[in-house]
Amino acid sequence: MTRWLLWTLAGIILGGIVHLGTILTLPRTASQDAYERLAPITPVNVMTPIPSPSPAKAILPFMDPAFAVAVCRYDLGHGPMKLTAPVSQAYTSVTFYTRLGVAYYGINDRAAGRRTIELYLMTTAQREAIPDEEDVTAADRLIIEAPSTTGLIVLRALAPEPGLMPMAQASVAAARCLTQSQ
Amino acid sequence: MRLLLGSLYTFIVAAGIGLGSTWFALTHGAGFGTLRVGPWIAQPKAGTIDIDPYSRALIARIGALPVALGDGVAFRARNDDRGEPLDGRCEVTISGTTPQARYFTLTLYDPDGRLVANSINRHGFTSEELYRNQNGTFEVAVAPRARPGNWLPTGGVDRYVLVLRFYDTSVGVATRAEREAPMPSIRRTGACR
Repeated sequence: MTRWLLWTLAGIILGGIVHLGTILTLPRTASQDAYERLAPITPVNVMTPIPSPSPAKAILPFMDPAFAVAVCRYDLGHGPMKLTAPVSQAYTSVTFYTRLGVAYYGINDRAAGRRTIELYLMTTAQREAIPDEEDVTAADRLIIEAPSTTGLIVLRALAPEPGLMPMAQASVAAARCLTQSQ
Repeated sequence: MRLLLGSLYTFIVAAGIGLGSTWFALTHGAGFGTLRVGPWIAQPKAGTIDIDPYSRALIARIGALPVALGDGVAFRARNDDRGEPLDGRCEVTISGTTPQARYFTLTLYDPDGRLVANSINRHGFTSEELYRNQNGTFEVAVAPRARPGNWLPTGGVDRYVLVLRFYDTSVGVATRAEREAPMPSIRRTGACR
């Protein structure tokens, strides 16, 4: 009897390890995460508008249908990235995701505070490589440090009512992400 | 022989408990730092670099991108105020007020996060589209058949999820209670078809 109790206890402890192991490795092994879903339709380092979700087809689940969306699937391997996005009439936001879909930085038009949102994305090493004399000009540039070399920049513009959707779409279509030479 | 049987039994228990609890966590939305206001659930930390491992596993599995905290906060509801699952064949009313935000959107999805087909092509409302009462409160009828006022069609699906997203809002990681985030109620108001 005691023997079986011990076997059960061992099973429960091992089960806990299995649970933690599966939860922690799942993000790395998931084959249908957001990045994989977007990869076929978004070229690397090009801001690409994404079709609005419909009942028949949506690239990602739980997309907000009130927004026009554009995605830049970035790879900082060739240098830092400059993002420019015009601010739409209602509400515009930019979110930076890692390769595994972790939102590490999000900013909206009010926080960015200009008619055009201008952001620089670079790795820690690329930031350190900026020459010192450029620090003064760098101070008024909004620089974001990417925790990984690849990931997603997602630009969203709100259409407060359906009639304003073409305007929101035009606004995200005018956004650019460009690799800067170092 | 006994050792073999015993270890086999241990492995079966381990697999059952380990995989079972993982499945449960991913389908029932376990996670740390969960903010609950009535039937509404949000995980503000899931939109930051400090996302917990459960939310990370969940977004990877379903392939969604969470709303970043600098952008807004998303609340979801699968049940009404009394804890009954939301059923697209029944009529419920969402009524009340919302936390401070520049804009908010209300969207209806099936449990897998797809929009639901319906006759008027309406999948949600933005804060600008809602008809409001004079005191600023609003009511949305979520029903399979047309209703006067704000009607959000369910398309008659058995189960659905409501998502309320607040953009440019003060609701965040520090929000604890209903007083700081007054959310609308979800009540059954009509018969089921």
